[in-house]
Amino acid sequence: MVKNYLKMEFPSLPQNVGQARLIVASFAAQLEFTLAEIEEIRVATSEAVSNCVIHAYSGQTGIIRLELEIEDDFLVIRVIDFGKGIEDIEQAKQATFSTEPERMGLGLVFMESFMDQMELKSSPSQGTMVVMKKRPERGFADAGVSRNSKE
Amino acid sequence: MNIETERIGANLIVKLEGELDLETSPLFRQVVDEQLNHYDSIRHLILDLKQVRFIDSSGLGVILGRFRRLSQSGGRLSAINVSDPLRRLLQLSGLLKIMDIHEDRRHALGEL
Repeated sequence: MVKNYLKMEFPSLPQNVGQARLIVASFAAQLEFTLAEIEEIRVATSEAVSNCVIHAYSGQTGIIRLELEIEDDFLVIRVIDFGKGIEDIEQAKQATFSTEPERMGLGLVFMESFMDQMELKSSPSQGTMVVMKKRPERGFADAGVSRNSKE
Repeated sequence: MNIETERIGANLIVKLEGELDLETSPLFRQVVDEQLNHYDSIRHLILDLKQVRFIDSSGLGVILGRFRRLSQSGGRLSAINVSDPLRRLLQLSGLLKIMDIHEDRRHALGEL
């Protein structure tokens, strides 16, 4: 069976954050996510793409690559930029850390909280990649009823 | 994003419609700050979130910024018509600690 995927690039403009949310939510609907889970995916996507828009290109416009994939029942989201990178990832992960006034430094916290897995890779001057994975809980959480048994 | 404002005594009620994110949060900041700059009498901010379909940390950041400004003069921040997903975001962000949630505007105005 061919694994479904979608790859796209767009400029790092604020108006594309909402577009990215729409696309990811639509792609995620292939799996049996609940509405609450789709909402979490929308927030995580918004944070990842917003981070690229704000931080990656230091006020300039660059390219954001969005890659979506269905992999073993998981939705995989990769958000990639080719900007300045993150010097200290551990510092960036602190809940109160933000280099921008009025930003709460919550972006990474939301991504980690709302997705099953979140990985941040970055090289100074080369860019940053966020990989997030999430699997639908429905079917697994219902007392002993697995998805297979419904079929 | 549509934003409507209404002043009732020392309260500024801000009714939001749409999605509050990186693209739209500057408009929210501008509209609310214009009101605060123009009317010294405003002390409290009440956000009506009934028609809000989405908020992320960019949106929460501008809300926090307005609260910080009002809190310097003892003002408070409230929200009404808060959906469950939004409530969870507010909780996770810590904003629930500084924000009062009310059922409707009558309760919010009564409390303040």
